[in-house]
Amino acid sequence: MTASLVVISPGLHTTVQDLGRCGFQDVGVPISGALDRIGLQLANALVGNARDAPALEMLLQGPSFMVAADAVRIALAGCNGCIEVDGEQARRVPAGTSVRLTRGETFRVTHLGDSACACLAIEGGIDVAPCMGSASTYVRGRIGGIGGMQLRAGTHVPLKQSSVPRRPESTLGQPFDLALDAPVRVVLGPQADYFTEAAIATFLAAEYVVSAQSDRMGFRLDGPVLQHAKGYNIVSDGIVAGSIQVPGSGVPIVLMADAQTTGGYPKIATVISADIPALGRRRPGRKLRFTAVSVPEAEDLRRAQEATLRRMMGSLRVADSQAPIDTATLLAHNLISGMVAIR
Amino acid sequence: MHLRFLPAGDTALVVEFGDVIDRALSERVLRLGAALRAAGIPGLIEVVPTYRSLLVRYDPMLTDSATLCGGLESLLENTGAGAGPARLWRIPACYEAAHAPDLDEVAQRTGLAPAEVVRLHSGTLFHIYMIGFVPGYPYMGDLPATLALPRRADPRTRVPPGSIAIASTMTAIYPVESPGGWHLIGGTPIRLFDASAPRPALLGPGDKVRFEPISAPRYDEIRRAVEAGTYHVPCESAPS
Repeated sequence: MTASLVVISPGLHTTVQDLGRCGFQDVGVPISGALDRIGLQLANALVGNARDAPALEMLLQGPSFMVAADAVRIALAGCNGCIEVDGEQARRVPAGTSVRLTRGETFRVTHLGDSACACLAIEGGIDVAPCMGSASTYVRGRIGGIGGMQLRAGTHVPLKQSSVPRRPESTLGQPFDLALDAPVRVVLGPQADYFTEAAIATFLAAEYVVSAQSDRMGFRLDGPVLQHAKGYNIVSDGIVAGSIQVPGSGVPIVLMADAQTTGGYPKIATVISADIPALGRRRPGRKLRFTAVSVPEAEDLRRAQEATLRRMMGSLRVADSQAPIDTATLLAHNLISGMVAIR
Repeated sequence: MHLRFLPAGDTALVVEFGDVIDRALSERVLRLGAALRAAGIPGLIEVVPTYRSLLVRYDPMLTDSATLCGGLESLLENTGAGAGPARLWRIPACYEAAHAPDLDEVAQRTGLAPAEVVRLHSGTLFHIYMIGFVPGYPYMGDLPATLALPRRADPRTRVPPGSIAIASTMTAIYPVESPGGWHLIGGTPIRLFDASAPRPALLGPGDKVRFEPISAPRYDEIRRAVEAGTYHVPCESAPS
């Protein structure tokens, strides 16, 4: 019998995502992957998966499911919402803690708290074949995930494991900072010289608001218009997640996971990789400010963030207890292979 | 020589060779890309060639921008200026009315007979500058100057896959159904992108393309062979 989670309600936009698809950007295939790389890896760690295992990413409003497997263990991360389990043993499981559910139980992620996105990981992982080396869904190109699409009511999310053993549940050893009010750090360029000095000063001083016209492709911002110094058309060049392009309207767009691979608008700056997850968590209407750092500073910040993440993944605790998880027992069950493989 | 290293955050840098569309400049971009791939530089994730620059993506956990720039400088010194080996694809193209909704309008606006538009388009050896917009979409140039038109004032919301299109000095083929503002002057029965194939994109940056005119019945015949998996697009080594 195949094991799955059956979608009761799909939420606003729920897709299978991992750390993304590399090596095909030269033929126009976006990287995709979770908007919140940190949330994805923490969710996976909580259920003992490899850190880069595919999980379900949900945006703004979460889905609900029925368990069609003997037992599953799931965990939510990247938000301060919770998993609500229905039925006789109704309970609320906060983000950052795993829970084991059995056949026929239903659960929902009604709200993601203050976060715009969250990842739900399932022990053993989602059973989807990688496409171009990744399970990430790129909906516009109908690539990856489950049929290249977001989940719909009735979709079966196939699972690799039909059951999971009972064991103490895991929880994060320290609270997870969503960093929703921190400044978003950028490296100026590659086309900062296409803007007036006043425009760059405005960009770094002003308050912007995440627009409702934001999706996995890009976050549009509402705020002061930026003046181009020499037109708003460039001969197309490459785009990365975090590229901030400014089209003719003068209003910046931060390109995100599903961004096209090349573009013809000048890019005033690039959000540093350490701050992409926290930007991805910002809901429409949330305010933000940009601040500039150098490339070496940005590289150091990313390395420091990885070290913090490693520490968090290595210091999980038993839920409802102060005792640390017995790493040797987990290792014996080969449940943290992804965690010990960390560089 | 205009050459700049530009920052693109902490996971990529841009090697900018210029800011125009130019064949010789494109060849330099492509040669550096090939050299970088061959060099096996630690931490290099991938390179993305565009008209005038090479995006170099790296893993900041394994390397850094300063180290990469050093490696790039020595590669640039040892990389020649000429074109490398390339593939030449002969792509079947049907220019008949059913596949070419904009051919008459293009003829009118350029002051040429439709047959002359077809002769010029199919008589040009195209160079793929880059792939972008959607997976597998090749930006190919250069069109004869007499065929250069601005994009349509009113873009289509749905362009069928296989449409052969022109705008400005470029031609392209829509690999999947998508919106599009270019003029549709023909159609090809071949598939340009198959996500499930080991090499999903048929065409790559630097490849050469020639369009071979075919009749509508031949289009249908090739289409059936493509669907049966028995058609292979003719490909040979391009003269450098």
